Amino acid sequence: MFDFLDLEQYDLFGAFWTTVQLTVFSAIGSLIWGTILAGMRVSPVPIMRSFGTAYVHIFRNTPLTLIIVFCSLGLYQTLGMTMFAEGNVDTIGFRLAVLGFIAYTSTFVCEALRSGINTVPVGQAEAARALGLSFTQVLRIVVLPQAFRSVVAPLANVLIALTKNTTVAAAISVAEAAALMRTMIENEANLIPIALLFAIGFIILTLPTGLLLGWLAKRVAVKR
Amino acid sequence: MSNVPLTKDAAEEAAPLAEDLVVLDSVNKHFGALHVLQDINLTIKRGEVVVVIGPSGSGKSTLCRTINRLETIDDGSITIDGDSLPDEGRGLARLRADVGMVFQSFNLFAHKTVLENVMLGPIKVRRQNKDEVQARARKLLDRVGVGSQADKYPAQLSGGQQQRVAIARALAMEPKVMLFDEPTSALDPEMINEVLEVMQQLAREGMTMVVVTHEMGFARSAADRVVFMADGRIVEEATPHQFFDNPRSDRAKDFLSKILKH
Repeated sequence: MFDFLDLEQYDLFGAFWTTVQLTVFSAIGSLIWGTILAGMRVSPVPIMRSFGTAYVHIFRNTPLTLIIVFCSLGLYQTLGMTMFAEGNVDTIGFRLAVLGFIAYTSTFVCEALRSGINTVPVGQAEAARALGLSFTQVLRIVVLPQAFRSVVAPLANVLIALTKNTTVAAAISVAEAAALMRTMIENEANLIPIALLFAIGFIILTLPTGLLLGWLAKRVAVKR
Repeated sequence: MSNVPLTKDAAEEAAPLAEDLVVLDSVNKHFGALHVLQDINLTIKRGEVVVVIGPSGSGKSTLCRTINRLETIDDGSITIDGDSLPDEGRGLARLRADVGMVFQSFNLFAHKTVLENVMLGPIKVRRQNKDEVQARARKLLDRVGVGSQADKYPAQLSGGQQQRVAIARALAMEPKVMLFDEPTSALDPEMINEVLEVMQQLAREGMTMVVVTHEMGFARSAADRVVFMADGRIVEEATPHQFFDNPRSDRAKDFLSKILKH
């Protein structure tokens, strides 16, 4: 069934490795930027709150393809942003894609986290403030650690969605799994086996992630 | 419970430093249309134990919470040890560090152990040495009678134990004044006494305390002064003896007749 699969000709593992790299870098970036956004959205400073809210609404409601294509056409080709990788087109494409994924996925991280913040009783934040902790300390030491623990499962959803969303990077010619799939479909006549092959590839990536994080969610849950 | 003082400088606090520690001057606050604090003037002297009582909705909890600005005020001023309460920022945080607070719902940090709860403030706010803080935290936990629970999480403790940890957490900051916002209202009846006992001991050691409570027994035995509030106003201020045996205002007479009958 899979005899069309010539690993000399098609770098299957290389393509999935790029997918994994896209996912990992974007996930780390989204987690950091999403946490900062969530902090902004609950902060007592009005301008930060407005910025956070506006950012989330704009990027969450823009199609991912549009964001990724804008990164390539707008940031790189028009504005000449090369992401510190002058000359190396592949690296530029990869980094631009990661930037786009972070911009988009962080909004979902932010909103998941914000719902987690709402699970932490207000009284605990008050008690922390009453001890003399500053806003950022209250957030960092008391609120966020508990918020994160309650949103591991929703964050797993975001991560799985991100893994699959990385296929959009094919739109700006990043050599990840979906790009290779397109090439293979063009060259080979075995449409269904090829689709199956890549579907299985993604399941191999996402299924363990989901199971692992589901287990983690139970383990770290805060007892009240 | 041991006789060792709960506070380090309890002896000095008890000395006749009869200056005003907390001063509320014409404080007003509205919740929308509700005028919840109406022209409140209240002075709490160093080492004094003031018990605030009154019917629910009279503004006594709000009053307690304004003292460390967990509730903002519309006008008037509040000073603590001569410093007026800043609006925001570091100044406010510094002032709050000197004001211990104990809540009705304990509010222990659920993801930290009992010991970590007590150590958090001194380490993160006062930047004190971790080993010293830990030694002091263990001592404090011993004194409020929960030393053996130090490594458990709050959810594993009974309400009374949690509230005593909360008191230890506030004391770890070596505050100038302690605020108690209905500390026994969320407790099962048989756990109320263990908390009141700790508070009695604190009062005897000369800690300045503002206690909002429905425990009339505690008010009678521990208070230097009883403040009776109704409808956002301070209706009566008197010694416990005067207040309970000989209330002057009709509102207080009515309130006491309802709660002391049974």
